[in-house]
Parts: sequence; C-alpha cells; structure tokens
Amino acid sequence: MLVSMGGIIEISGVSKTYASGFVALKEINLSIRRGEIFALLGPNGAGKTTLISIVCGIVQASSGRVVVDGHDIVRDWRAARSLIGLVPQELTTDAFESVWSTVSFTRGLFGLGSNPAHIESVLRALSLWDKRDSRIMTLSGGMKRRLLIAKALAHEPRILFLDEPTAGVDVDLRHDMWQLVSRLRAEGVTVILTTHYIEEAEEMADRVGVINRGELVLVRDKTDLLHEFGSKRLSLRLRSPLAELPAALAPWRLELSPDGRELTWLYHAREAGAGVGDFLERVRAAGIEFADLETSESSLEDIFVSLVRER
Amino acid sequence: MNIEAVSAIYRFEMARARRTLMQSIVSPVISTSLYFVVFGAAIGSRIQSVGGISYGSFIVPGLVMLSLLGQSISNASFGIYFPRFTGTIYEILSAPVSPVEIVLGYAGAAATKSVILGAIILATAWIFVPLHVEHPVWMVAFLVLTAATFSLFGFIIGIWADGFEKLQIVPLLIVTPLTFLGGSFYSIDMLPPTWRTVALLNPVVYLVSGFRWSFYGIADVNVGVSLGMTALFLAIALVIVGWIFRTGYRLKT
Ligand SMILES: Nc1ncnc2c1ncn2[C@@H]1O[C@H](COP(=O)(O)OP(=O)(O)O)[C@@H](O)[C@H]1O
Ligand SMILES: [Mg+2]
Repeated sequence: MLVSMGGIIEISGVSKTYASGFVALKEINLSIRRGEIFALLGPNGAGKTTLISIVCGIVQASSGRVVVDGHDIVRDWRAARSLIGLVPQELTTDAFESVWSTVSFTRGLFGLGSNPAHIESVLRALSLWDKRDSRIMTLSGGMKRRLLIAKALAHEPRILFLDEPTAGVDVDLRHDMWQLVSRLRAEGVTVILTTHYIEEAEEMADRVGVINRGELVLVRDKTDLLHEFGSKRLSLRLRSPLAELPAALAPWRLELSPDGRELTWLYHAREAGAGVGDFLERVRAAGIEFADLETSESSLEDIFVSLVRER
Repeated sequence: MNIEAVSAIYRFEMARARRTLMQSIVSPVISTSLYFVVFGAAIGSRIQSVGGISYGSFIVPGLVMLSLLGQSISNASFGIYFPRFTGTIYEILSAPVSPVEIVLGYAGAAATKSVILGAIILATAWIFVPLHVEHPVWMVAFLVLTAATFSLFGFIIGIWADGFEKLQIVPLLIVTPLTFLGGSFYSIDMLPPTWRTVALLNPVVYLVSGFRWSFYGIADVNVGVSLGMTALFLAIALVIVGWIFRTGYRLKT
C-alpha cells in the first residue's frame, strides 16, 4: 500500500458498519496527495459514496481516523470541512430558489461573505450564467448537475469531491467538466472523483484506487497500473499465409489466425522495450514477411475486471 | 461562530416564507377574523365579560397563542424536514456549520415568522375589539419566548419525522387540542374544580395565562409560574435539540 505521510487527506483504518449491520467499508487506508486527481474506481455498492461521505462529515465512521490538511475531521471539523467542496451523486437540489441564490447560499454556509465576481466566474465556467435567475426546478438534469458543481465551487475549496460526476451526463457536460477539472488542477485543487466508468479514470486521473466490497484493492499511479497489469498485443499482417508456427518462434506466446494471415503476439507491458525488437528480428530470421503491424494495450477496464474477479 | 452560515439559513427560510406569502400571512388573518365572527360575535354576545374584560378582547391573547404555537411548530418542522426529504441536507451537514448555528438559522427564522404573525393577528384583532396592553415589555417577552420555544419543538419534530404524516401528526393530535383546551377561549376559573385541576396539567394554560396577563393584568395562574413554565419548556426543547446533535439522531448514519 502506498501511504506517504503528509498527503492532503490521510485516511487511516476507516471502517463503516451501517445500523443495518451491513459492513460498507473495511479498514480503509488511503493517502491523497496534494494537487492530484484521484479516481476511486469500483462497481456499484463498493463503498465509494460511503467513504466520501465520511470524509465530508455526512456519515460517521465506525472506526478509524481521517485528517484533512492536518485537521482531524472530528476534532477539528470546522477547519477540515472549510477546505472541501462536494458534488453529490444524486441530483439533490432545492426547487424554488434561483440558481444565483442557491450558489450564494452555499458560499454563506461556508462562512464566506458574498463575492459576486467569483460566483459569476463559476457560473460562466459551467454555462449557467444565462440561467442565473431561473428557478432550479426549470433546469434540465444536466443543468442541475452543473449547478451542483457550481455550488461545490462557490466557496473556493482546496479539495473537490465529485461523486460519479458523469453518470447520465451528456457529451457537452462531460467535456466541460474535464476542462474544469484540468483548470482546477492547474490551480492546485485536489480532485477526488468516484466512478464505475473506467474511461473516466483513465482519461482524467493521476492515480487510481480500486475499491470493491468495502475493501481498497489497490492504489497505483495510473501509468504504473497500466504498465503493471496491462497486457499488450502485437499483430502482424503477413504477406503470405502461414500453415503453421515455425519452431524458431516457439518461445513466444503466439496465435495464428485460421486463415494463416495474421500472427499475434501477446506480451506483458513489462516486456516492452527490448523484447519487441528482438521478436521482430526473430520473425524476419524465420523468413516471415509482414505487410503491416499493429499494437494495442488493455484498458483499465480489462485490468479492473481481472482485479475484481480475483477477489 | 459562523455568522454567515446562520444568516444564510435564516435568509433562505425567510425567502421561503415570502414565496408562500398567502399561506404565511393571509390565512392566519382570515382564520383570526373567523374566530372573531364565531366566538366574539356569536358566543361573545351571550358572555358579557370575563374578569371585567369584554369577551371579544378576552380571547385575543389566546388567539395569538393558538396561531403562534401552531405556526412555530409547522414552520420550523417543515424547514428542517424538507431538506432531509429532498436530500439537500447533505450541504448543511458537510458545511462548517455547528449544530447551534443550524438551530439558530432554522428555529430563528421560524420564530421570527411567528412573531410577525402574532403582530399581524393583533393588528387584525384591533379592527374588531379594543385592545389594551398593560405590560408591553412582558407581552413581547412572552411572544418571543413562546415563538422560540415552539420553533425549537418544531425543529425537533422535523428531525424526528420520517414522513409527511408524522410531520402533521404532532401539531394535529397534540398541539391543537392542547391549545383549544388551554384557556384560549375561556378562563379556567369558569371550569368545574376537577376540570380546573386537569387543565393545570396542560402546558398551554400557563402560556396563555401569562400572555393574557401582559394585556389585561388578569391571569388564571400566577404570572411568575407562567414565566417559569415557559422557561422550563424552552429548557426542555434545548436539551432535546442538544441530544439530537450530540448523537446525530436521524441526521447522520
Ligand atoms: N444508510 C445505509 N444503510 C445501510 N446500508 C447502506 C446505507 N448506505 C449505503 N449502504 C450500503 O452500503 C454499500 C455501499 O454503498 P455506497 O457507498 O453508496 O456504494 P457506491 O457509492 O460505491 O455505489 C451498498 O451496498 C449500500 O447498499
Ligand atoms: Mg455511490
């Protein structure tokens, strides 16, 4: 487990058993680095929302400790919460308030005086400026999602939690959201997002934590994760069909297509580097001519499926 | 103290009242007027006076209390129940807002609305009967204390309720009967001795009596007792609210 001291969020030994007796989290240890984008990846019911809710003060942990930028979330809750913005998973909004007033309301809750310029910039960044005087109930689902993000940013948080930010969201919003997240990252804001869409983690995150059935299965830099778990395939389109695999290529894990025109080598990302050149040389030495070459690597999805299945 | 947060919640709640202005102001004015027509004109013509006060004037403090209790409870309970119902409570719970600040915002706004409502009812009553306030400072004190106390009880109900039905049930089954039986429309001296003793178990009697005393200087029970009871109710409400937040009851899972 990668636990570096001095992360902006230090979660140690956090467990949660709900009143129903259901164990939603088991001894979670996690350190979030300052300024990173961290994706908490896991299937539905894995405990992602529970973990976020504990850090944000909505759910009480059964045991363990959470420290946010040096502030214990129980003892020093006010300082801890002041740093955090939360975009909840569900579209929970008021109905009759205007966009402007609900965003100002959030800012007030966080103890900050009004700052129309900041609220304007947040609303503009989320394409909500034209809707500022609209009642919330007149907004579409996508607009409400934007509004929840605007509310979470109203108090200029240093840490932003996005709980399944793109679930049921249109392409425009997805795009705007990623742009916003990159901008926040450039400003030094730490972003923690949960998702059960792999592409989301793959696209955005610096690090990925995989959570399943209340257990943090692993935490890795995204590139390391791909490197460590990713398998790659290299396919050669042959000039003339091959009847069978030459004995000289026996040491490699190879597959020949039924028509004998495509030769595929499955290898581990770790073997990239020297291995590929070596392999191609051997192919030529065996007298096999190829017209084209293609490589592909497994996505986080494949990795995730294999990880979760292992447990 | 997160004053900005208290003010944000307070203003949010006051804005909610402005949106439902009809319900907040017009309906109590109408119902008060109806009470005057029914009790003041119809019954009052048969009862000459109570303790030297015309019946119409006599019932005014009781009418104010009737609305004050009901509205404080329904305003405050709805105010906190609704965000729990819609889920927007997440925002309050995850903000750097202390329990005391949350209560100040919600119950404070509900109490303010009730006091305004009391003033409106008094003004409406003035149209029908002559009013005389002997102890204005005490009158305001009883008004504010009662509004605050029952807004707190409303807040508690709003937290305890896990459905709209429960939200209605306490005001309907407990508060309304207690207020009607609490000497709003009669002096408990008019009751037979046994019932008088029973009536003294009704907390509302003390509120109405004290409030009426501040108007006309007449009371069913000693005004000191009324004041003491009002303070006691306030203390009970504060203890329960304190317990709710200490345990996270119905707020945090
Ligand atoms: N209040 C609750 N009481 C009992 N069980 C709960 C409660 N909230 C969530 N759970 C259960 O805890 C598990 C984790 O839920 P959650 O954290 O929402 O998962 P995720 O966000 O990863 O989909 C689920 O099985 C869910 O049913
Ligand atoms: Mg979730």
